[in-house]
Amino acid sequence: MLSVLTLIVLIPLYVTVVNSLLQPSLIAHQPPPLFPVHPVWNAYSTAWTQGDLGIYLRNSAIATAIIVSGQLLTTIFAAYAFAYLAFPFKRTLFVVFLSTMMIPFEVTLVSNLATVTQLGWYNTFAGLTVPFLATGFGTFLLRQSFLQLPGDLREAAQLDGYGHIRFLFRIALPLARPTVAALAVFSFLGAWNQYLWPLVVTGDNNAIRTVQIGLKQLQATQANQVNVTLAGTIIAAAPLLVLLIVFQKQLVRGLTAGAVK
Amino acid sequence: MTFVDLHRPLRRFSTRRRREALIGYAFILPPLLVFSVFTFYPFLHNFKQALYETPPFPNQPSRYVGLHQAGHVLSSSQFLQSLTSTILFTLIVVPLGLFAGLLLAVAAHRRLRGIGIYRTIFSSTVVTSVAIAAVIFGTFMDPVVGLLPWLGINTSPPLLENPTWALLAVALVTVWQGLGLSFIIMSAGLQSVPDDVLEAAEIDGASPAARFWHVTVPLLSPILFFALVIGTISAFQSFGQIDLLTGANSAYLHTDVLTYLIYQNIQGQAPNPGTASVLSIALFVMTLMLTLIQLRFVELRVHYAQ
Repeated sequence: MLSVLTLIVLIPLYVTVVNSLLQPSLIAHQPPPLFPVHPVWNAYSTAWTQGDLGIYLRNSAIATAIIVSGQLLTTIFAAYAFAYLAFPFKRTLFVVFLSTMMIPFEVTLVSNLATVTQLGWYNTFAGLTVPFLATGFGTFLLRQSFLQLPGDLREAAQLDGYGHIRFLFRIALPLARPTVAALAVFSFLGAWNQYLWPLVVTGDNNAIRTVQIGLKQLQATQANQVNVTLAGTIIAAAPLLVLLIVFQKQLVRGLTAGAVK
Repeated sequence: MTFVDLHRPLRRFSTRRRREALIGYAFILPPLLVFSVFTFYPFLHNFKQALYETPPFPNQPSRYVGLHQAGHVLSSSQFLQSLTSTILFTLIVVPLGLFAGLLLAVAAHRRLRGIGIYRTIFSSTVVTSVAIAAVIFGTFMDPVVGLLPWLGINTSPPLLENPTWALLAVALVTVWQGLGLSFIIMSAGLQSVPDDVLEAAEIDGASPAARFWHVTVPLLSPILFFALVIGTISAFQSFGQIDLLTGANSAYLHTDVLTYLIYQNIQGQAPNPGTASVLSIALFVMTLMLTLIQLRFVELRVHYAQ
């Protein structure tokens, strides 16, 4: 049973890798070869150079770095405020934060494109990343984590002369590290795999084109060069695969955070 | 002397309170700003923009038409077809995805040596994006260089140009791409099912199937419900795979889900912000309604741990 299921999950990926290494003459061969007897690696270099995948990977990396660090920063400070500080309308404001989870991004697409264009951010990293620098879900989760820390921790720190920033970064955050790590991984995944917004905000040059949109480009320009297109998808998936293998625990925690109490 | 002493602590208290409030506001201001500009304002702006019709000629002013445009869009055959496609797509993707994830989770929920490798493999599609999955399967389903003839699938016209089968094909690609996430969520749920309850059932003589349906599934129902809601919302927001697999032919192929229709009204030959706004509001209402319906009717059958 396990093996059957493994096959179903892995076969597409296996076939992709096989096909990316085939000699071009064998590609449309019937029946398709199951193992590349003479692997040919230039599909990968073609995808990299002619397909500009190197540039696209760089753009994805920049955009993802901006979004992840932005989300982490805004979330850490906001969650701290909601968990430890007192200010008028705090409860209302928290509900406001939560309500953003009810508005899917596609619903705000039309106006956001206009806003970004008016700000002169079309086809720039600012336009690509700024709309995503905050997350209601992340704030909710991290606040939850902070609230689960021992209540007298804050008072004890205050007696020792800790101000807010010191308490946040020296005590609260290290204790909430699993949640922060989970949020970071979750955020990374979302940012790297984004498709619709990059598609809409990217202009006709390679200034900010990310690897997901680059794949679309590759598919269009390399039509029958199946090995090149598939090599491109492997290149695009590789960074995340590394992430999965190294950070599997955090990934799972991030993805299941809302599900299991 | 006492007069001054009594006043000083009071003033310090309210200054400290005010200082804390200022810090609080400062900490939440950046995300609040982002939300205001990029979530709330565009959401509300949809309602205004839906009332204006923009002519297809550039730089012409839009004119106020009130609800006439909304009525026109919502009764158009294009919208109704899109709605049907979206609902059909969701009906295929969500149950299949849940079931497949559950199957994988149950299969990998054993204390075997090396089970960790299987778990990593089952989670692996979580690193594929819809774009990656779409490009991979798009290649497999290509009529010229694809694999389908070898598998004996010789539809005419080919799958991704076939109005009868295109939606199913796109849905299956979506299910495959979502296997990793579904597996991870179901696995987490399974791990929270206490073993002693299952053992007690086994001792009482319940068969594996009975144990599954009468013990495991009820205990899993909160997770199943969560996955159902998340899965439905996600299915409604599907876009990348439609753009890459059927693209501009989506209307003809009956794969033009609501998000794609919105996209076509923003970027395409004739951008129409008024129509796009109406469609965006429709999408929001549908997502909200579906979530509320699920909360109202399905959550009743969920067993939360006492």
